Amino acid sequence: MKLYDAIIVGGGHNGLVNAGYLARAGKKVLVLERRPLVGGAAVTEEIFPGFKFSVFSYVVSLLRPEIIRDLELPRHGLQILPLESTVVPLDNGDYLGSWADPDLTRRELARHSARDAEAATLFGRLMHHMAMAVKPILGMLPPDPASLAPSDLKGMLKFAGHFRSLGAEKFHALHKLMTMSSADYLDEWFEFDPLKATKSASGIIGTFLGPRSPGTAYVLLHHYMGEIDGAFRAWGFQKGGTGAISETIARAARALGAEIRTDATVEKVIVKGGRAAGVALASGEEIGATVVVSCLDPRRTFTQLVDPKEMPLDVIEAISRFKFRGSSGKVNLALSELPDFTCLPGYGPHLRGAVSISPSLDYLERAYDDAKYGDFSKNPYMDIVIPSMIDPGMAPPGKHVMSCFVQYAPYNQIGGWTDANREAFGDAVVNTLSRYAPNIKRAIIGRQVLVPSDIERITGLTEGNIFAGELALHQLFFFRPVPGWANYRTPVKGYWQCGAGTHPGGGIMGASGRLAALEILKDVGQ
Amino acid sequence: MSATPDAVIIGGGVNSLVAAACLAKAGQKVLLLERSPAVGGQCRLAEFAPGFRADPLGQDAGWLPPAVARELGLAGVTRVVPDPTVVVPSGEGEWLPLPRNAARAAEQIRRYSTRDAAAWPAFTTLLARFAGLLESLYVLPAPDIDTTSLGELFPLLGVARKLRGLGRKDMIEFLRTVPMSVQEFLDDRFEFGPLKAAVGAVGVTNIRQGPRSGGTAFVLLHQLVGAEGGAIRGRGYWEAGPDALAKAVAMVAERHGVIVRTGAEVARITVKDDSVAGVVLESGEEIAAATVLSGADPARTLLRMVDPVWLDPEFLLAVRNIRFRGNAARVLYALDGLPDFPGLTGTPGALAGTLTLSSSLDDIERSADDAKYGRASERPHVELQLPSVRWPGMAPQGKHVLMAQATSAPYRLRAGAWTAALRDALGNRVTAAIAKVAPGFPDLVRHCEVLTPVEIEERYGLTEGAPSQGEMTLDQILFMRPVAGASRHATPVSGLYLCGAGTHPGSGISGGPGWLAARRVLRDRRERRGATV
Amino acid sequence: MLKTTPFHTRTAPLVQGQAWRRWAGYSVASAYELVHDREYAAVRNSAALFDVSPLHKYLISGPDAARLLDRMVTRDVTRCKVGQVMYTPWCDVHGKIIDDGTISRLAPDRFRLTSAEPNLRWLSMNGAGMNVAIEEMSERLGALALQGPLSRAILSQVSPADLAALKYFRLVDTTIRDIPVTISRTGYTGDLGYEIWIPAEQAVPVWDALVEAGSPYGIAPAGIWALDMARIEAGLVMLDVDYHSSHHALIEAQKSSPLELGLDWTVGWDKGPYNGRRALRAERARGPEWRFVGLSIDWVSLESRYAAVGLPPQIPTVAWRVSTPVYRHTRQIGYASSGSWSPLLKQYLALAHLRAPHFEPGTEVGIEVTVEHQRLQARARVTPLPFFDPERKKS
Repeated sequence: MKLYDAIIVGGGHNGLVNAGYLARAGKKVLVLERRPLVGGAAVTEEIFPGFKFSVFSYVVSLLRPEIIRDLELPRHGLQILPLESTVVPLDNGDYLGSWADPDLTRRELARHSARDAEAATLFGRLMHHMAMAVKPILGMLPPDPASLAPSDLKGMLKFAGHFRSLGAEKFHALHKLMTMSSADYLDEWFEFDPLKATKSASGIIGTFLGPRSPGTAYVLLHHYMGEIDGAFRAWGFQKGGTGAISETIARAARALGAEIRTDATVEKVIVKGGRAAGVALASGEEIGATVVVSCLDPRRTFTQLVDPKEMPLDVIEAISRFKFRGSSGKVNLALSELPDFTCLPGYGPHLRGAVSISPSLDYLERAYDDAKYGDFSKNPYMDIVIPSMIDPGMAPPGKHVMSCFVQYAPYNQIGGWTDANREAFGDAVVNTLSRYAPNIKRAIIGRQVLVPSDIERITGLTEGNIFAGELALHQLFFFRPVPGWANYRTPVKGYWQCGAGTHPGGGIMGASGRLAALEILKDVGQ
Repeated sequence: MSATPDAVIIGGGVNSLVAAACLAKAGQKVLLLERSPAVGGQCRLAEFAPGFRADPLGQDAGWLPPAVARELGLAGVTRVVPDPTVVVPSGEGEWLPLPRNAARAAEQIRRYSTRDAAAWPAFTTLLARFAGLLESLYVLPAPDIDTTSLGELFPLLGVARKLRGLGRKDMIEFLRTVPMSVQEFLDDRFEFGPLKAAVGAVGVTNIRQGPRSGGTAFVLLHQLVGAEGGAIRGRGYWEAGPDALAKAVAMVAERHGVIVRTGAEVARITVKDDSVAGVVLESGEEIAAATVLSGADPARTLLRMVDPVWLDPEFLLAVRNIRFRGNAARVLYALDGLPDFPGLTGTPGALAGTLTLSSSLDDIERSADDAKYGRASERPHVELQLPSVRWPGMAPQGKHVLMAQATSAPYRLRAGAWTAALRDALGNRVTAAIAKVAPGFPDLVRHCEVLTPVEIEERYGLTEGAPSQGEMTLDQILFMRPVAGASRHATPVSGLYLCGAGTHPGSGISGGPGWLAARRVLRDRRERRGATV
Repeated sequence: MLKTTPFHTRTAPLVQGQAWRRWAGYSVASAYELVHDREYAAVRNSAALFDVSPLHKYLISGPDAARLLDRMVTRDVTRCKVGQVMYTPWCDVHGKIIDDGTISRLAPDRFRLTSAEPNLRWLSMNGAGMNVAIEEMSERLGALALQGPLSRAILSQVSPADLAALKYFRLVDTTIRDIPVTISRTGYTGDLGYEIWIPAEQAVPVWDALVEAGSPYGIAPAGIWALDMARIEAGLVMLDVDYHSSHHALIEAQKSSPLELGLDWTVGWDKGPYNGRRALRAERARGPEWRFVGLSIDWVSLESRYAAVGLPPQIPTVAWRVSTPVYRHTRQIGYASSGSWSPLLKQYLALAHLRAPHFEPGTEVGIEVTVEHQRLQARARVTPLPFFDPERKKS
């Protein structure tokens, strides 16, 4: 039996980052990926001949700059192209735009509300402060809040000390951001409803909550996080789709000595004497390792990859309560022509940015109401991008690919996700779209509809939750995924976790993979 | 009043009375001004039909912190906890009663789910422990991030010890529970819908959200502070009448020399050079005072009584942003007899408790959905109390009073103002809902009065008709109550304090805010004296 | 595209070097001619015509209009007479400046506020609970500044108003070629000058009238570069250059109080309540930590620094806005926030923030100069502001 220093189960971007860091420290590392390609939810696939899609995750948001530098990703192909604008078609035929230039954005907003245009600047400043306040937490190892161990007490003191150092004003502002609904939070700042709707949409992505549900406000921060990292305008497209990011990280990891095997399904983590000893593949092959790292979501990590009897009961129980509740779908369209939006007819810069179908808070809330009672949204929220406008290589010349992130599509759809329901969901998306871009039906030459059960089936993410577990207040930091085991360890010695279901989780950030690697290296020695 | 009072107190609710009594006991000359003809505030009795009385905003006795009871000698005010505390329709004409005692409640639950029955006793124990932790927080000034004085840190250590005392598992569970939705909290533990609805309804008390909203698990815990053994709605009612506590505190206050003036509505609080100078009554009468405590809600006090030029616009904005959101209407019925609830005939005592009519959390959630779009619910969530069963004097011999609380009935309707027609329609929907469980009910109704949040605002001077004086949501409690950085009862105008439920520890803590406010006033006074000596 | 001012059709063809810059979301000319010397000279010698339309303008009216402004700004607005204009900063509750501008009392209950930044939200926050209407006039009003010793003579050619009787910081409603305008005797140059407020749709004819009537007097359309030189000579602060709005500052140290900016004279110590009163009173009692002062850079010292490497002094041809350290011996005691060569005074001037107690007039300090990539110090002396204050400004 071949022996590795570390085996990483799952070739998602966090697993690859983890492998990269371990290999960089000189460890003998093997990544095992079930699918024929690496990337997990960050994959590019040619779904229709000549049309390539970032099938699931579609924009780069907060990929940590230190990872980019440490793993030298640009040398291995990282190239993020700017995504500069967001346009929201309104129900009255007008639109609300946000552009790269602050003067243009302010003026566009002032067209709808002069007061909001002014407030937006101040709001941006507050978000800047809040992002500064949160950033250190993203890089902190979550302590066990109930532990009296010196390292945990020290961690708690550091955590508390950080808040104290913010001063009362910022601490209070952060408290509001953490506990309020995005609608209420934005109500304190703005009056123009579509603006509030569009901003709050970023707070509901990946959650099973509506914009008026408390706990959705803090995700507003994400849009401001990039700027303080010195990675100005961090939102963008990877050339070649998000799969190319995964391949870039994989290339970087390989260059550092990591071995990556695809089409290798891990059946079980082998535990011997309460210690991880390696993995058993579906093929029957067994591979030994000192350390096994799971990049899968917490439910798979704690209750499926290992025999549950290796885990304490309270941990199993806590994991069973960990909320996944996938709520989003993805519709990928191959287009023969560009969509022609009624609000901004013809060709224009808006086609190079995002189009958000979020005309009002009520619209989003109604979309949520449908899902709350078990049905997909009849008029869903959508975040639309046309990657072929930015990277022409994604589609045949003159043709286009369009990516529609759609909410809500509940995992537990009434009547189940039958083919008929899936197609009905796809139709709801296209019908909604055609209200704003009437030529869309004519333009569609291929349509891929992915609902939470598809996301679960293809990527393995439990209940199709794109963040490997909801980003709710009671599932963050030392709660992620389980108090006491938020430090990337598990109750099984030598068995680690590094997926987005751990702190800080969510988005193509890579932070979980990196922090886990640093902890592993601390334990096993450099 | 011959001499200038040391302190003027605005409002005659329990918190104002407690503040007045505490200050007077400490030797202050106190004048209390109440706009209506009697003190009592929210628990004041109203005769809404000849011989029929009710306390329309009554929910339960709340929690009287023992420290307040001790300080004012209120041990003689006793409460009654009904048994069962609450009943909920459980399908097919049956009701599920939840007796006070957890073991007996489990027996009842077992009829529907052995799993839930098994989980029940431990659940109420857990609730009681969590509520106990809140109790210890509620008798201290709200701890804040810039709390530096050692004197304040010491009692906080007590809270921290209590948190640790919960044990590892419960402590984590507490931290995890607070931001959760009450639905998630209950779904994790129970399967029987009506049981979850009976408990979950408590989690949406006085807020506009439904049970799926984050922070509603906290509301449940808050409402259980003071409930014996974690019994749902286990805080009971005052034996001698809804206003028994207010009356008792008023007596104590007057014994210590507080002068109470009713029918005296404060129009303005006067300010000179950033310090309070006194108050002006609607009548034009001016009363000078260097200290003013207002039991009115923060918006009413700071936005309507104080000239805005004395307050920082950012602070004013924060006050304007307080979410009040009165969302429940009260329907008062004068009845010719005791209504017959066929399903409850075998449950003696049920009519002294609360009857909650929604059998599923989804029903409650749907009624909250309406509020989001500015509509009164077509199918409101209804809770019933029969004051005349608790206190026979509330209705003429043989007659009865029934009070229904109907959610959602938002203060602001998107379609326009509340009209008499809309009010009546809501009343009819509530009557119909009651008739479903008490078929002969409509025939008993001799008189019916609907109070929407608009009437509640008018009658009680509560902004947006919110008895909470500000929703008890996570961003509006503790150091955030009433607004961030002003949780210690003082305002930017020196000498002006807030002492109502709109301040920490909030609504449902009888006298808690008033007591903490009085202590703050006395401490400031001591410090000023210390500074001048 | 950026916004253009109501005068754009006239100004655009005059901008010879396509030297445009952004001002509050508008394109405005940095300079019209390829060399801006004549534009500056017009300010001090004949008359310069500036397009200052990007200023934010608000109309505040209603019974509480005076009360709103008085609670917002540091000046005592209750003393502002109809027809009077007041320059004033306004502060947050901590006494730190949010913005500065002018308040014109158009009628007993009607005021116009001009400001550098948008202030609609702040105005409405201050007016909450008051009986007052706040109207955004920024795009509805064009604004021209005619500045220079001959400005009165030119204006008198086109307007029936008795300008000789119009005192400093007073305004008059009048006409120019029958177009209703408001003329105020104000400006940003420290010279004799006027600002003209015109309905946007009638802006162009007023421009034409002024240029036509002014040509015999040597009127020159002038851009921001010329304005910047003039305002430095006049010692006038500029938002985002010399100080930052407390609403936009990211840290405390980036904020300034009126006392720190030498605007003590704008603070009404005896007036009623206003934002920041408590903080400003406390600051006055303990004395400000900083002071905004003029620096006159010693030419001989500067010359010697350059001479050491064989160069004559190299001075930027336009005013600079780069924060530049100021020293007392080897210790940094502050920074200059803008500076310029003054062609009129033949002095190299800077505006600087200095720490107590180094800001007394006459104090000798050193200012950093970069001579051939080397950082050196040149001697400078703290000088009372304004550097230039002609009698004609107020006469």
